[in-house]
Amino acid sequence: MLSFIIRRLLITIPLVLLASVLVFLLVANSGDPLADLKGRQPPVPPQVIEAREKLIGLDKPLPQRYWHWLTNFVQGDMGRTIRGVEVRPLLWQRMQITLRMVVLASIVAIVLAIGAGVLSAVKQYTVTDYTFTFAGFLFLSMPVFWLAALMKEYGAIRLNKLFGKQVVFTVGPESPNLAGSFGHRLADYAGHLLLPTIALALISFAAWSRYQRATMLDVLGADYIRLARAKGLSRSRVMVRHALRNALIPLVTVVAIDTGAIFGGAVITERVFAWQGMGALLVQGVETSDPNILLAWLMVTSVLVVLFNLIADVLYAVLDPRIRYG
Amino acid sequence: MADTEGQELRRTEHGVQVHEVAATTPEREFTIAARTQTQMILRRFLAHKLAVGSLVVFLIVVVASLIGGRFWRYSYADITPEFSSPPSLKHPMGTDSIGHDSMAQILRGAQKSVQVALMVAFLATTFGALIGALAGYYRSWTDAALMRFTDLVLTIPAIALLAVLAANVSETAGNWFFIGLVLALLQWTYIARVVRGQFLSLREKEFVEAARALGASDARIMFRHLLPNATGSIIVNATITVAVAILLETALSYIGLGIRPPDTSLGLLVSEGQQAATTRPWLFWFPGIFIVIIALTVNFIGDGLRDAFDPTQTRVRA
Amino acid sequence: MATNTLPEQPTAETGSHAVLEVKDLTVEFPTDDGVVHAVRGVGFSLEPGQVLGIVGESGSGKSVTSLAIMGLLPPSARIHGEVNFRGRNLLKLPDKEQTKIRGKQIAMIFQDPMTSLNPVYSVGWQLQEAILAHQDIDKGKAWARAVELLDLVGIPNAADRAKNYPHEFSGGMRQRVVIAMAMTNDPDVIIADEPTTALDVTVQAQVLDTLERVQENTSAGIVLITHDLGVVAGMADRVLVMYAGKPVEIGDTDSIYYDPRMPYTLGLLGSLPRLDAKGAEALTPIRGAPPSLINLPPGCPFSPRCPMSRPNCDSDEPALRPVAGVDHVAACHYAEELAGDIAAAEVFETAEADVQALEELDHLGTLDQAEAEQAEERA
Repeated sequence: MLSFIIRRLLITIPLVLLASVLVFLLVANSGDPLADLKGRQPPVPPQVIEAREKLIGLDKPLPQRYWHWLTNFVQGDMGRTIRGVEVRPLLWQRMQITLRMVVLASIVAIVLAIGAGVLSAVKQYTVTDYTFTFAGFLFLSMPVFWLAALMKEYGAIRLNKLFGKQVVFTVGPESPNLAGSFGHRLADYAGHLLLPTIALALISFAAWSRYQRATMLDVLGADYIRLARAKGLSRSRVMVRHALRNALIPLVTVVAIDTGAIFGGAVITERVFAWQGMGALLVQGVETSDPNILLAWLMVTSVLVVLFNLIADVLYAVLDPRIRYG
Repeated sequence: MADTEGQELRRTEHGVQVHEVAATTPEREFTIAARTQTQMILRRFLAHKLAVGSLVVFLIVVVASLIGGRFWRYSYADITPEFSSPPSLKHPMGTDSIGHDSMAQILRGAQKSVQVALMVAFLATTFGALIGALAGYYRSWTDAALMRFTDLVLTIPAIALLAVLAANVSETAGNWFFIGLVLALLQWTYIARVVRGQFLSLREKEFVEAARALGASDARIMFRHLLPNATGSIIVNATITVAVAILLETALSYIGLGIRPPDTSLGLLVSEGQQAATTRPWLFWFPGIFIVIIALTVNFIGDGLRDAFDPTQTRVRA
Repeated sequence: MATNTLPEQPTAETGSHAVLEVKDLTVEFPTDDGVVHAVRGVGFSLEPGQVLGIVGESGSGKSVTSLAIMGLLPPSARIHGEVNFRGRNLLKLPDKEQTKIRGKQIAMIFQDPMTSLNPVYSVGWQLQEAILAHQDIDKGKAWARAVELLDLVGIPNAADRAKNYPHEFSGGMRQRVVIAMAMTNDPDVIIADEPTTALDVTVQAQVLDTLERVQENTSAGIVLITHDLGVVAGMADRVLVMYAGKPVEIGDTDSIYYDPRMPYTLGLLGSLPRLDAKGAEALTPIRGAPPSLINLPPGCPFSPRCPMSRPNCDSDEPALRPVAGVDHVAACHYAEELAGDIAAAEVFETAEADVQALEELDHLGTLDQAEAEQAEERA
């Protein structure tokens, strides 16, 4: 098992390096961080522009800039934004906010997907199946921004009316100047998290539940399930210990692959609910063509995705003995 | 002596009466009509009422969005005296605060979104299938390179990649084409992966060995033998690409990094209509519902196609 | 579609001692293309210690029969008839009761050993589970028993290998594990559905050997389902030949092999290569293919492929009737004509293409020789 983990690690390192090259090329070629400066009226003297370029390091050749950035990055130095703010603490702060939503939404989505997928498969071609399938298709076809906006504009008001006071919030990850007991703060976080998490979870659950249904159907038709029943095991035991145990394994891979997509969804959802998280940071970076923000953003998310995939691979090996030594 | 079918009966040495057995008696053996493979696929697809219905709706939407703008009395840029008015006979989908006719805008937005999606599907599918076929057939370093590249593309969140790429092209006029190009640049990797997987498993089958033994060239094997077998997956994935492309493009436009004014996109319309969602709901609901309808019908069609191409699906497992 | 009415089988050997008795079993599946009549009236009885071989081509309904007995058919299946085990009709029992019987009193062995075992649990664990499902003993004892069983079926290093996963075993070994699982609770009936089909010939022998050993140990009755007549000859006491969902001949192994009375059985035997074949006897393949079970025409289902068919064969489906003593029944209107030692080649046409092909090969051979000689001369 250990050799398996080490081997996977060895594969991911070159992948991350390659990603860094791609990301750097991408960012270096998209947009001009000094466009704002150059477009000013009256025109800024060329010396000022040159000096700025030197400051940011744009006067050096590409490979050198890449090396400079990479060596700094691995040591933890992510540079500064155009305005001079340190990127790393900024990124870290934003990441914490976004991760709240991403992790919670993923967990909710996984639970929903397993429930819906398994129920659909077990009760194939019944009303339950058709309902879940239709729901899955519906949310699969819904743009996350529209669903989020829907929740925000209509869901919030209704829910708050129901409770008689404001329990659900639609702006930001938490109330400004939040203070008080742990319980109070938790309730506040929850109130802010509720709607965005539901929106993001519903979109993710849709794709996964379809997949889970298909996997479960495959498993239910397998010979070893028939043998388990022939052994005289009860229906429930066969369903849980044999069918489910096998059917959950592929989901691990699917969820890992979709990590990037969930992040993308979170970016959009944040925009809808005006969270100052990774989404806002990305848009800021793109709009100002700020290379350090973009580089850090893309690299950190890539590393996260690769990490999640690695964890998923290990988890898969734990669950499926067939691939442990492959 | 003969029996009623006119066949000669003869006696064997031990006195058994026998006659010649016809090699095949199709009426008795095959009591279901024979069909070609395409017919079977078509038949299975048509049995899917939902998929067929979705196909009809989708075609209507596509045709309406592509040419409907020309026939509608308003253009998307027209400013009418009625502003912020709810749906009426004159303006079936209402108007916005400036006086634009929503229906015209939605038709235009749908046109852009559909154009982008179809273009992405076409480009991504052709390019992706080609690369995937080469990778799956030749394996070794072509395959390794492809796999590493698709892994890369998968690790970075699509929306981020798009945002960065699209920032370059958003300023240009007629930018829907470039947005489509950018989207295709990302989407081809999925199809490439699928086709590669198919070719990897197909190339091991005996009919490939047989073809090679008969002297078929690589190109011939790939195009005449392997590709037709992968057609099912390719078509299904192409439809998925359309749906994904619509959702990605509208998302990009929503956050302002996709199609920009003066042109419009369904995503842009949603973002513009969002502020007024409670006071002027038609501005928010119509564009959103349109996106859902397009994506939903495409998804249903894709599902129907998947069932049609997969011969292992039977309604009853015996 | 004619239903088959089984005559009484009142001899002293069958009847009251039977541990498993199947009467008039029919199974239908509704599909998009129509109703598939997979099983159309199967009946047999099985005594303790007896081996019944059920023989037939793919699609003859033999597997569906076995699944019906075990109660493992999908819910869409429509089943009629009786499956009497120790006096109780299993088909009428609720699933809970059937579950108690499965794996304990009636056990089953499936065809494909590569997919029969759950890949994520160790072999020992799966055996242990089978034991614990029906016996109230502690886990340690159950594990010990599992190791014992593995040893019994001939798995070397049973104690260590019990911790291995199925993918670490070869096909033959896996099948032996499945047999061990079937044995765990000393069943009265073991149904083996094509246990050797997916295996190499040498491994086949080992697996059959194991089955025989199991029989000696447990005195269970075995229903051995296969399409391989060679397998049946070695092990079975009685043989039931199935065609198009119905039994067409039932009898002792010797009677069936030496005095077949149904043309299909004769054809099957004739298509079997035999070491003791006299001289240049050619194999007799049966022309055509089995009929579709959806729209079965009236009459005997074998008629279109039968060299002996007469006009009434196409209109009246023959019922099983005694043809040589009460123990030997066949479903053929003209079974009498097959009495005595009649070779299959006499009734069925032998393949003539062989001769032609042989001639052509000969011709090619001489051509090759001629070319080689020419090439040598030039060199």
